Amino acid sequence: AFPKRVKVVEVGPRDGLQNEKNVVPTPVKINLINMLSETGLQVIEATSFVSPKWVPQMADHTEVMQGINKLPGISYPVLTPNLKGFQAAVAAGAKEVSIFGAASELFTKKNINCSIEESLERFDEVMTAARAASIPVRGYVSCVLGCPYEGKISAAKVAEVSKKMYSMGCYEISLGDTIGVGTPGSMKEMLTAVMKEVPVGALAVHCHDTYGQALANILVALQMGVSVVDASVAGLGGCPYAQGASGNVATEDLVYMLNGLGIHTGVDLQKLMDTGTFICNALNRRTNSKVSQASCRL
Amino acid sequence: QESQASGLPEYIKIVEVGPRDGLQNEKVIVPTDIKIELINRLSKTGLPAIEVTSFVSSKWVPQMADHKEVMRGIERHPGVQYPVLTPNLQGFHSAIAAGATEVSVFGAASESFSKMNINCSIEESIEKFEEVAKSARNMNIPVRGYVSCALGCPYEGNIIPAKVAEVSKRLYSMGCYEISLGDTIGVGTPGSMKTMLEAVMKEIPLSALAVHCHDTYGQALANILTAVQMGVAVVDSSVAGLGGCPYAKGATGNVATEDVIYMLNGLGINTGVNLYAVMEAGNFICAALNKKTNSKVAQASFNNGTI
Repeated sequence: AFPKRVKVVEVGPRDGLQNEKNVVPTPVKINLINMLSETGLQVIEATSFVSPKWVPQMADHTEVMQGINKLPGISYPVLTPNLKGFQAAVAAGAKEVSIFGAASELFTKKNINCSIEESLERFDEVMTAARAASIPVRGYVSCVLGCPYEGKISAAKVAEVSKKMYSMGCYEISLGDTIGVGTPGSMKEMLTAVMKEVPVGALAVHCHDTYGQALANILVALQMGVSVVDASVAGLGGCPYAQGASGNVATEDLVYMLNGLGIHTGVDLQKLMDTGTFICNALNRRTNSKVSQASCRL
Repeated sequence: QESQASGLPEYIKIVEVGPRDGLQNEKVIVPTDIKIELINRLSKTGLPAIEVTSFVSSKWVPQMADHKEVMRGIERHPGVQYPVLTPNLQGFHSAIAAGATEVSVFGAASESFSKMNINCSIEESIEKFEEVAKSARNMNIPVRGYVSCALGCPYEGNIIPAKVAEVSKRLYSMGCYEISLGDTIGVGTPGSMKTMLEAVMKEIPLSALAVHCHDTYGQALANILTAVQMGVAVVDSSVAGLGGCPYAKGATGNVATEDVIYMLNGLGINTGVNLYAVMEAGNFICAALNKKTNSKVAQASFNNGTI
């Protein structure tokens, strides 16, 4: 049986834009987030408080955080890779933050130049500060179904990292198929392992559609009781590990499927499609959402 | 076996419809020798069934005007079926004369669609197919039945599962060995797929069912997964996702064979098909059509250099 309600976590403005080639002007980012706030989405990942040296696309994090309309009932989490980022985020008005771990040592080394253990120690500082400020922290685990460097990732390792992050105080763990190689088979195996360590109510899936498997993988996660799903409007954000390939699953396509399953999301699909049209025009690119592509002539 | 433990079929037969359904819905007319080359390459991938062409009037479907030449020109690999579409008795005779050993007939669960597509009611179309089925039976030629608009119609909108079951049953009763249920405009979701299959499975044995999903709304793999979880063991797909949707301009149509196989491989389900060989065939036809593949697996693999 499927969950009756699913919380859709919109990652377009951060994960999506971060992986788009064109740098998006601050007013466009703010307008994107404001439009998303009108669609019924309850969670919109707004930006990332990382050094602009590493992620130029997110250099305007303070302006974006301060510029958006923050509607009541909507959460606007931001990424904070370390204590410095956390403090900057809180100073800019953030009320929820996210930290990013990985189930792969090589990926962690290449991505943030340290081991998994060291990354968790850094996060501990953020957790302590967040707890003191009563700020909820969401934990991400990357490479849960495969790693661009290590290849296969053991479900046990994913469970181990998830458990550590949950024990540190993350209220939710988003399991990311970073390179989209997962299938319903590996999704099931991985979730079975993780669900032994973390309650299903605290789990989310973050599927990439690089191999076209995202919705099928999400379907399996839902069947196993997961009720939080990350997605990106218009499927923004390519895959940095496979040039020209797609990345995030499109929020429109996800909502279309959930509607068809009779699962409540609170999201207005038409408004979502309109938002996707806006950002694609601004980026001068075609949408990655098939629902949008099919509907555009209606 | 991983798939057995999960209640999924151990083996799934993939029916490759690229050369017919795929090419028919491509804008560019493909030369006969390219069609033959495509089919010959597909024959080497392990695919058990490849829909070759359509014996319809070239006035209606110019892309399939070379049906005789294609039928006669392809290499026939042992163990591979090469069905062709035959809308009526005339097409059937022509197909047999050209060497066809299996044929398909196309019904629909929507009266409006039937009228717009083949200019007659469902009942009238069934009568035509019965003629084909009768001749086919006399000649020991297997007939596959398709039911279009199984999850929605471009004209009528919602289609009730009972209607799909009714048309399926008519086709099955006249002797079709397999019924392929087509989500013609790709509007279906795992919810409507389940409801439709439950209704059809009351009338037709599971082993005689196939799903033919379009990816117009990105739902195809999720819908196929749902069908497979319910025990369906035959899936139609099109190499490189050839074939757009004639009802939504610019939108995609058929699900890509490569993406289906990738998913089934990941589920531990045997298909007998070599994914890399299919990708190469897809690469070939896309180059010939001067278009990008619709297969995400192909896009990711060729760009990455790995599989």
